[in-house]
Amino acid sequence: MEEKKPKRMAIIASKGTLDMAYPPLILASTAVAMDVEVGIFFTLYGVDIVNKKKYRSLKVAPIANPAMPSPVPFPNILGVLPGMTPLATMMMKSMIKKINWPSIPELLDVCLESGVKMTACTPTLEMTGVSKDDLVAGVEVAGAAEFLDFALDANVNLFV
Amino acid sequence: MEKSEANVTLDLKGLSCPMPVVKTKKALDGMQAGQILFVEATDKGSKADIPAMLKRTGNELIEIEDKGAVYAFFIKKK
Repeated sequence: MEEKKPKRMAIIASKGTLDMAYPPLILASTAVAMDVEVGIFFTLYGVDIVNKKKYRSLKVAPIANPAMPSPVPFPNILGVLPGMTPLATMMMKSMIKKINWPSIPELLDVCLESGVKMTACTPTLEMTGVSKDDLVAGVEVAGAAEFLDFALDANVNLFV
Repeated sequence: MEKSEANVTLDLKGLSCPMPVVKTKKALDGMQAGQILFVEATDKGSKADIPAMLKRTGNELIEIEDKGAVYAFFIKKK
């Protein structure tokens, strides 16, 4: 029988907030379960998702996010007040717990164990002073051409 | 089909997307061809998600039982 070429998905993860860390990892873990070959390219703030010093403490800010649910009516501008980001992060974590979602480190493990290819962007690392040793084991380091080489043959290309 | 006819059973009640799909596939990967997997899930998306994953991976969905809040899947490993 002729071996069918697997489908492929390429994702760029550019954001480092707790909420936006989920979509790339959820799509990646689901796609590998569907026998899709997956690569995630972490760039700019997205590198925090695979930074061991940061990935357990990603935050979400209410400022400039009017969609953020609030227990009381809340003028968005008050998001500048000290303590609002920890408060919003705490709320987000309790919502995550309510639906029994895995944590970001747990979801990363699922992705890495199932063979999701993960790459952190070299200029971002240099810019922010993050070394390869700061990254979760299994995350490689490369630039735009290496990602594009993978993405050019992908069936799905996403920018998150 | 009855739960007792399954070779492997999986309780995924209470888990949200993507875990029901991820764990169902992981269980299938550890099974022999032709074996039956029984899965229970409460995630409302799983009724559509698990069949989509099975279609893409060539595994056979024998039956879905909609028991109100719980969906039960009978799956044959390819």
